[in-house]
Amino acid sequence: MGLDRRGFMKTLGVAGTTLALGKTAFAAGKGKESIEFYGILYDSTRCVGCQTCENSCAEKHGLPAPTEVPEAGVIRKTDESRRTVVNLFKTTKGEVYVKNQCMHCNEPACAAACLTQAMYKTKEGPVIWRGNKCMGCRYCMVSCPFDVPKFEFHSANPKITKCDMCYDRILEGKKPACAENCPAEAITFGTRRELIQEARKRIAAQPDVYSDLIYGEREAGGTGEVYVAQVPPVELGFKTNLQNESYPALSKGFLYAVPSVFVLLPVLLLGIHETTKTNKNHQNEGDENE
Amino acid sequence: MKTSNFEYPIAKDNDGKTIWKFLISEFKPKGKIFTPFNIISVPVILLGIVLIVIRFWKGIGSITNLTQEVPWGLWIGFDVVTGVAFAGGAYVLTFIVYILNNQKYHSIVRITVLNGFLAYVFYAGALLLDLGRPWNVINPIIGNSFGTSSVLFLVAWHFLLYMLAQLIEFSPAVAEWLGAKRARKILSGMTIAAVIFGITLSTLHQSGLGALYLMAKDKIHPLWYSEFIPILFLVSSIFAGLSMVIFEGSISHKVFFNQISEKHNKEQDGIVRGLSRICAGAMFAYFALQVLIFIHQKRWDLLGTPMGYWYLLEMIGFVLIPMLMFVSGYRRKSINMIKTAAILTMVGVILNRLNVTVIGFKWDEAIRYVPSWMEVVVTLTVIFTEIWIFRWVVRRMPVLRDAPIWAKNQDK
Ligand code: SF4
Ligand code: SF4
Repeated sequence: MGLDRRGFMKTLGVAGTTLALGKTAFAAGKGKESIEFYGILYDSTRCVGCQTCENSCAEKHGLPAPTEVPEAGVIRKTDESRRTVVNLFKTTKGEVYVKNQCMHCNEPACAAACLTQAMYKTKEGPVIWRGNKCMGCRYCMVSCPFDVPKFEFHSANPKITKCDMCYDRILEGKKPACAENCPAEAITFGTRRELIQEARKRIAAQPDVYSDLIYGEREAGGTGEVYVAQVPPVELGFKTNLQNESYPALSKGFLYAVPSVFVLLPVLLLGIHETTKTNKNHQNEGDENE
Repeated sequence: MKTSNFEYPIAKDNDGKTIWKFLISEFKPKGKIFTPFNIISVPVILLGIVLIVIRFWKGIGSITNLTQEVPWGLWIGFDVVTGVAFAGGAYVLTFIVYILNNQKYHSIVRITVLNGFLAYVFYAGALLLDLGRPWNVINPIIGNSFGTSSVLFLVAWHFLLYMLAQLIEFSPAVAEWLGAKRARKILSGMTIAAVIFGITLSTLHQSGLGALYLMAKDKIHPLWYSEFIPILFLVSSIFAGLSMVIFEGSISHKVFFNQISEKHNKEQDGIVRGLSRICAGAMFAYFALQVLIFIHQKRWDLLGTPMGYWYLLEMIGFVLIPMLMFVSGYRRKSINMIKTAAILTMVGVILNRLNVTVIGFKWDEAIRYVPSWMEVVVTLTVIFTEIWIFRWVVRRMPVLRDAPIWAKNQDK
């Protein structure tokens, strides 16, 4: 669905019709034209593990500042009170930092799962959560292949929390808080196409420094967050068993079958009912004898 | 022995004043108060209510062991997913009786539909307890946020519509209870439509419950995950539902013996045998499907692991063996063997649903989810309350006993 919309937006954008501008402006409510998904490129080779991203994220979203520091051998996970974490891994090329948060999938499983469209892939690219719609069923958590959405289990008015790529800042034309504040320029914000080009450029320029895999380019149908690092993703705690097809594709077959079942089955049932109707009396008699 | 001449108060004297007197008298308890079931269920229900209050006050985490990794536990895996499978008897029986016009099973249709309806109200209703923000449940219903790409959206809608269909299927019994002759005529005229609609909905949401887990591909143990979960869930709901009918029937015949006419009592064994044959057939299809999937997925090496043994136990101990018992019970006319097979089958269905939703879900996680005792108590509360209502209805409406004569005449 996301891809289709993206293709659609692209075509309109290329055609440069005023209609497209008008439409996007209306939907974005800000008059900001966007024709491609935004994303973030995170570069482990640049990250110094200072946690500025964690701090600025906490500040931006009114969450407590982090108290632990990244430590090799300890995996910190995102939860209700932190939407991004930086972890340290001992790898074949020494210690490497990795930042984790929502991957902002091109075709997000969470949004396909959500029965209220509370989880929502915006046309700008960030996947956001809308509290006025969410009923707290947590199906998004069950479905997300990266285990990203978190739930406030200890609240009477619980929220689903996760990184929203600072969607409000993007609408204002600003970068997400983490990308804005990273002192090492490890976090680059841009359109996904630009970011993948940039990632390829970096790998090509220093093939001995970088591993040649761009994590997120294909995983789960492609994600808005893409990663480059010194070592392959498997050494950095990434899930490497994910399929390259999008996750919503897994239940598409079922969903596509529904309308035809809905039309054909009742007709079939009615047909059988009519043809067996005449048996009714016979069987009644037959039963008496049993 | 009760005969079809059972007296219906309002039918005799159908004016407004007596309706109220009648209803008030009907709300008084009938039957003994200190039965073992009451003595156990009342404290559990009271405790459960306290726990539910705490849950809405302090959050879901205050009484459950759910984690960020395992966001769905016993309440979804057992109450909803397993409960709905057991409620499948209603759509199978209405298919046999109303679509295939096989009158042999007519006498147990009502009780099965009632059971199915209450199961949906309570077990699907248990979903509300599990919702973090239940006040927004209205969103996908009134249509200000249709998540049409969501399997859960489909399942939720089907639950709602199916409850309506079952209510219509059952409504003639209510009308007979109240002596509302004209209403009964109209309502029973809607039965076939409700049945056709209901079977279609059931086919889709029984499989839909399985389809819910399709996106959790990497989280479910590969022995239980396949793209065919929806079909497996659908086929297994047939014998899950019918085993429940057999099981529930054997209890009802003891508890409500005074409601059942001699004719029906005699028919009962034939019905149970017939059901056992259908169960065996459905289980055979299910087992064959499972074998095909197993071979297709080339999972031989997984069998040697603890999860592999667990899988074999489920497949052989609780599918293959009860299937053979159904066959032999049918051949040897051994009702006891059929009843035992039904119980084994039910255990197998519980195992299967829990293996997909809880036990095999994130099976490789370091800290496993195990339900808290409070989750269990709430589950029992749901089940016991359902049984209370079930009993209340059976004692009052013509569910097991024959319909009044005027009603039978209407059908002629
Ligand atoms: S990573 Fe998970 S939460 Fe984030 S967009 Fe993808 S499916 Fe949704
Ligand atoms: S918990 Fe909320 S956001 Fe997640 S799937 Fe359910 S309704 Fe959608």
